[in-house]
Amino acid sequence: MGFTISEKIFNNHIKGPKVKAGEFVYAKVDLALGNDVTAPIAIDQFKKMGAKKVYDRNKVVLVPDHFTPAKDIQSATQAKILRDFAAEQKITHYFEVGRMGIEHALLPEVGLIKPGKLIIGADSHTCTYGALGAFATGMGSTDLAACWVTGYSWFKVPQTIKFIYKGKFQKWVCGKDLILHTIGLIGVDGALYKAMEFAGPVIDRMSIDERLTMSNMAIEAGGKAGMICPDKITFDYIQQVCAEDYKGAQGKKKWAADMKKWSELKSDPDAVYDQIIEIDVSKLEPQVALPHLPSNTKPVSQVKNMKIDQVVIGSCTNGRISDLRIAAQILKGKKIDPKIRCIIFPATQAIYLQAMKEGLIEIFVKANAVVSTPTCGPCLGGHMGILAKGERAIATTNRNFVGRMGHPGSEVVLSSPAVAAASAITGKVTDPRAL
Amino acid sequence: MKLKGSAWKFGDNINTDEIIAARFLTTFDPKELGDHCMEDIDKDFPKKIASGDIMVAGKNFGCGSSREHAPIAIKGCGISCVIAESFARIFYRNAINIGLPILVCENISAQIKEKDIIEVDLVGGIIYNKTQEKSYETDKFADFMQEIVNSGGLMDWTKKKGLAKK
Repeated sequence: MGFTISEKIFNNHIKGPKVKAGEFVYAKVDLALGNDVTAPIAIDQFKKMGAKKVYDRNKVVLVPDHFTPAKDIQSATQAKILRDFAAEQKITHYFEVGRMGIEHALLPEVGLIKPGKLIIGADSHTCTYGALGAFATGMGSTDLAACWVTGYSWFKVPQTIKFIYKGKFQKWVCGKDLILHTIGLIGVDGALYKAMEFAGPVIDRMSIDERLTMSNMAIEAGGKAGMICPDKITFDYIQQVCAEDYKGAQGKKKWAADMKKWSELKSDPDAVYDQIIEIDVSKLEPQVALPHLPSNTKPVSQVKNMKIDQVVIGSCTNGRISDLRIAAQILKGKKIDPKIRCIIFPATQAIYLQAMKEGLIEIFVKANAVVSTPTCGPCLGGHMGILAKGERAIATTNRNFVGRMGHPGSEVVLSSPAVAAASAITGKVTDPRAL
Repeated sequence: MKLKGSAWKFGDNINTDEIIAARFLTTFDPKELGDHCMEDIDKDFPKKIASGDIMVAGKNFGCGSSREHAPIAIKGCGISCVIAESFARIFYRNAINIGLPILVCENISAQIKEKDIIEVDLVGGIIYNKTQEKSYETDKFADFMQEIVNSGGLMDWTKKKGLAKK
């Protein structure tokens, strides 16, 4: 009986006999991440326990991205707790404002994520890194603190639901539509305690940006991870973002060794799955998730006359350069509907700079959109675009729970960048094919 | 250990944004968080309840973000225990880690009414409905988790096991 990629990664991080889904393991962790909301509690627990030093200063990552640049005195205080801890522990991967980005866009971009790694993060969207063949999952602050002390964490090796996507996308349909459709199909607890594994010809052709979007939202179906087995597209991406690691003769050797290791990171043909779901994407239309659950999905063509007050394009789900390119393609030479606001936030400084170089920022500003510094801000109703009572936003973010973007009497509709940009022009939820 | 209080009912998919909204995440003080617990569903919830009361919910309780502020807020406002038909994974770990008792019980939503007086025997895993004079059995924790619960949370378990790096 074979192993899934998730089982293989756990087996590579434990000593002793091989384990299968359902077994508990105490496994070595390669990266342990926190942000300005979750890390202050972890730091408090770490200190209360009497710990003096983190297990490895190169394996702890701190990104102040939620309420930064600090929105008020309280959030400034939380961010300072991170900053002081990073200095005290000499944390290598601390990303200050101006050098940071939204954590789940930033970490892959700076080469911290590689196939086969076991990663925990005190942020539910840590599952994003499954797109690169790492087993990554969200936990809370106390789990993070315990890992900082020991270098280990306990896990129940998850069962896996495999999704095989076949067919070809229609115009304007992308990874975001596919993951929304998938969540709509299985529900917000459809993958509870389980890993989702995305596969099939559609995934084989899919860009890294779209794969990251899909894995990012695994948690919205309750998933513990959103795995994609690494392939040539992954390896090309890793070679690009980790260029420094593979320089020179020594680097070449390391690359060959890593490639050999990573080529094993495939689910075996006789691996045991909890469920295998096949989906033909050929007829899939651009999707939206209506309030107040990410599973409340519908083809956008079925939504008539739904007025909006705000458009948000960005986040760890859809704030990457290819997302901005799609938004710019639609907004070029157009104006945002005069009654609404459109906020666009590139997910990292590097993406911001790239968007500038490509003239995307100019397109956005000329269309009357505002372009924000990288921050989680509006996505979680933190700052930089909060909704008033009775207002509705369409957003490329990941959650549309009650009050997610502001007042409990406000609403969020989730969509792809193409649907959001089209809606910005008309002031109502709009199918980009109808423009 | 026995807990006793009135039942407060909630539906399926109660998410962490509803338990404690992001606008309150700039602190992790249990009392401050407790004052805003469940505010976006029921503004007066923290004022209505008595210390020791018990939350009873449907499926997938605590879905959404990883914020440990959610179980901290529930504990902070005086709730002694959460009973649900299932819990979201991260919330489940967080509750165990910070020592908020949680119990999984199939179909419990249909059986307990709001304000029923509930007594919970955590060791035996039995829920007594004093109002209706009924009792329900809960799912047992996996041995590994029971060990963490018995230690009083994850940090104490880590200490007790001598797992901290020297």
